[in-house]
Parts: sequence; C-alpha cells; structure tokens
Amino acid sequence: MEITKEMVAYVAELSRLKLSDEEAETARKGLGEIIGYMDVLNNIDTEGVEPMSHAFAVKNVMRDDVVRPSHDRAELLANAPKADDEAIIVPRTVE
Amino acid sequence: MNITEMTALELGAKIKSGEIKAPDAARAVLDEIKKKDPYYSGGINAYIITLENEAIKRAEEVQAMIDAGELEDSPLAGVPIAIKDNICTKGMKTTCASKILGDFKPPYNATVIEKLNAAGAVIIGKLNMDEFAMGSTGETSFYGETKNPWNHERVTGGSSSGAAAAVAACEAPCALGSDTGGSIRQPASFCGVTGMKPTYGAVSRYGLIAYASSLDQIGPVAKDAADCAAILDIICGKDEMDGTSLDVEHKSYLDSLSGDVSGLKIGIPRQCFGDGLNADVKAAVLGVAETLKSKGAETEEFDMPLIDYAVPTYYIIAAAEASSNLSRFDGVKYGFRADGFEDLTDLYMKTRSEGFGEEVKRRIMLGTFALSTGYYDAYYKKALQVKALIKKVFDEAYEKYDIILFPAAPTTAPKMGESLSDPLKMYLSDIYTVSVNLAGLPGISVPCGFDKDGMPIGAQLVGAPLGDSVILNAAFAYQQLTDHHKKPAEKFGKEAE
Repeated sequence: MEITKEMVAYVAELSRLKLSDEEAETARKGLGEIIGYMDVLNNIDTEGVEPMSHAFAVKNVMRDDVVRPSHDRAELLANAPKADDEAIIVPRTVE
Repeated sequence: MNITEMTALELGAKIKSGEIKAPDAARAVLDEIKKKDPYYSGGINAYIITLENEAIKRAEEVQAMIDAGELEDSPLAGVPIAIKDNICTKGMKTTCASKILGDFKPPYNATVIEKLNAAGAVIIGKLNMDEFAMGSTGETSFYGETKNPWNHERVTGGSSSGAAAAVAACEAPCALGSDTGGSIRQPASFCGVTGMKPTYGAVSRYGLIAYASSLDQIGPVAKDAADCAAILDIICGKDEMDGTSLDVEHKSYLDSLSGDVSGLKIGIPRQCFGDGLNADVKAAVLGVAETLKSKGAETEEFDMPLIDYAVPTYYIIAAAEASSNLSRFDGVKYGFRADGFEDLTDLYMKTRSEGFGEEVKRRIMLGTFALSTGYYDAYYKKALQVKALIKKVFDEAYEKYDIILFPAAPTTAPKMGESLSDPLKMYLSDIYTVSVNLAGLPGISVPCGFDKDGMPIGAQLVGAPLGDSVILNAAFAYQQLTDHHKKPAEKFGKEAE
C-alpha cells in the first residue's frame, strides 16, 4: 500500500509527534515498506475467525472495594517537571 | 573460583555456608562492573546505573538476617542481581533507556522487586536496553549501545541487551529482563547465556513499564537453567495488582529439575529450519535434539504452517499496544519536558518529538496507523485473527509433543550498525521468537554451540502453556551433558585477565 505525505501527517498528528519535512519523508518511506510487508497477512483466509486479544481467556477480575492509602502526594509531585505544593503545573488550557 | 564466575546458586550456597559474606559478594561484582563496563573507556555498557552504596548496605542487612538464622529456605539470599531498566525500583531512577523518562524515580517497587527483596536478593544496578524495549540489537538506547562481551564489534541483541551482556561478562551473577517478542531469548542466544520467558501471566507485570501489555513478560537471564529456575521460583505467582497474572499451583521449579528426559517428546518444525537459517546455527540447534535423544527423549519432525506470518502479526499488535501505552509520556506527570511550547498540545508534541528516539516514534506511528479509522479492520483486527490461528497451530502441536525445538535467532550476533538502517530487516530477524509471545508460551534459550567466528548460538525450547518446568528440566538435562554454557566470553569472560 502506498503511504502518502498526507497520511504521515495525519498519523503524526494523532501520535502527538512533530516531524520535520525530512523526518516525515523518512517515515513515509519506512512505514510504506513495513506496512507493505504486513499486507502478506492478506494471503491468509481469516473469514469467521474470532479475533484473539489475549492468548488465554481473561475475565473481569473483581476485588472487594476496600479503602487504602494512595501514594504520597509530595512524592508523586516530585517527579513532575513543574509543580507547586499541591498540583502539577501545565500551560493554561481554558481561557 | 572467583566470586563473579560462580552461578547464582553456587554463590548463594557459599553465602549460606558462611564461606563468603554477602557484602563481599556485592563488592566483587561492583568491582567487576567498574573494570569492564564504563562506556567512555570502551567498556560493555551493560549498566545504566549501578547502586553501589545501596547494594552494599542491603547486603549487610541480608547478611545480618542470614546470621540470625533467617532466609533459610532462600537459595539466592545475599546474591547480587541486576534489573532491566524498565522495571520500577522505588526511589531509584528508572529510565527505559529513554530521554523522555528523564530522572523519573518510581514511587513504588514492581512486584518482582518486592519478591526479590523478600528472598534476600541484592539489587546491584539497572541494566541498559533498547529504548522502551523496542529493538533487537541493544542499539536504540539513549544511553549508548551495549557491546557483546564475545566480540565488541557485534551487537548483544535486544532488547534485554544489558541483562545478557552483564551475565556473559560476569558483571552480574544473574539478571531480570523482559520479553515481548524475544527480548530475553534472542540476546541470551547472542551472548551465550541462558534466558527464559515464562508463560504469559506466570510473573506479575505490575511495575514493568508497558510496551505491549498482552505480550510483555518478565523473566530471568542467568548462567544456566538451574539459576533460571531458582529466580522463577522467587518472582512467579498471582498478584492482585496484575489482573492477567495466573493463579496456578506448581512445585518449586528448582526442586523439579531431575535431568530425566526419557520419554520426553520433542517436535522439530520443518518450517523453522529452512531458507534464511545460518548453517552453523541449524547444525548446532539440531544437535540439541540428538543430545537429548541420547538420554531417552523422542524427536520428530513436523509441519508448523503459518509460522512465517508471525512477524507481521506481532509487529502490528505490539505497535498498536505501544501507541496506546506510550501516550502517557507527555511531559506533564514525570520525566522530561521540552522548552519553548506555545500551549498544552504543543507541550505534548514537542516533548514527545524530542524525548522519543527514532525506533520508538516509528512504532508509535505504525501502531497509530493500524488502529486508525479505515485501517483498523485491515491491519489490527486481521492481526488478532491470525494470532488466533497461530495459537491454534501451537495447541495442535502440543497434543503430540511436550516441547518444540527451534533456534532463538536465524544467525549469531550481527555487526554493530548493520540493523538500524533497515528496520524491516531487523523485524524479520525476530522470526523465531515472536510467535511464542503471540501464543503466550514459555520459552528458554540455551547456549548450544558456536559459529565459525566463535560467536555463541542459542537453541530455543518452547513448552505448552504452564509447561515452564518441562522446558527448564529439558534445558537442565542438556546442560548436564554439555558445557557450551560454561565457555567464557573471550574478551571479558571467566578466563580473561
């Protein structure tokens, strides 16, 4: 399958990645080659085959709803690139 | 025998008997790392961080417990172990070998770390890896490539590059790696050590930074199968923090090692020994069948169709899950944040573009594509259907055989720099490992010989679901009859001075 410049731009936007023109062209060629190879799966008849997301059947795992302490706030905030005493700081999102 | 040359169980026994003190064991390993590892002086670069003070302090604590008669049933008490840097260690930097995690210090331990601590193991450092476990050579690390201890011009394999190299170079008695599509078994094969991916769900993934959650599994890398069994005994088990972990009763893997393989049925799939397989590798891997046959195992060739489709199936599924899992790295909650952004979306985009390496970006985009409107059915859903068919092929094989034998990789370790320029070629080299993850099976790579250049070859023994002790015992039996796993890495191995 031919991967176009527009498709790369769309996928990059969805991926929250910014690509230079040069990177976009490399990605276009690279993805084109890889996705082209993946098309071999079309050789297999999968009509009526149930898609399998887990190799073993997994069911909902339930547990009792018990209150327990969460992680220490200060400890979590210490990992944030920018924070004050009680919150992570990000650029304003709502005017 | 030098401390660093011992297997983990040998060292553990000597610590238990009082012949060696745990802090001395930690110091010996740390000295070896200082001698062989530094990147700037051309060393192996197996470690991203060594935990010198913490390890010695911890070893002293463990020694005090042993002296007080505690940890009696723990064969690895006091033994140093190194941890792949995608496994969270509380308060200790955990990087996934990526710039984007910056100085992230996890606020909690992975379940496997808690279990190792309880068993008295001493964590000695965090190991290099392909960035976010994405790579088959160890070259995509933000912290520089790891060198193969057998030959510095060759790659270690990946993504558990540091784990395999550290054990091969005697820079760690044993290690924990993770395996999503061969990331333990393939580097173990390239570095001449023993590495195992347990059955999916046998080991809790809580605290393992996710790449592809339905395929990821933590496992041991060590000098032999007995060490792998001892480590698996410690780290396995149901964990309420991982809903996919399995609740299974089993005997101790270590105690189950009998070395008896009489009547063991070994299947050899013809499709895994065809074109594209290096002749030295083929001969060495088939030699494993002959060796086990001499001890009463039965071998038979059989057809395993669809195996050629495992690579595209794996890369679609793994990339799709990665694109979702890695969306959490956005420069807000932890790690690196780029400068000079205009608004929140721009902060995300700049941070991710500067923070992720090329291979990670490629897989995020590939996965995003496979999940996007218009392509979901043709790629992602199709891959999940083929996965079901591949699983069925394995299920049918295990009606006839206890173990399936094939190589861990089609070649020995390639030269540095050969794979990065051609990602598709690198993906195709994963042909022998990815199907095992798709089907959730246990697999172990054991050293089984050397190619004409003296580079190690690994054979892969793959078991039915929860057949972990079956493959461990077969590997153990093989290692009792051979000494490939004891041959030192030429450059920096056991006999090097």
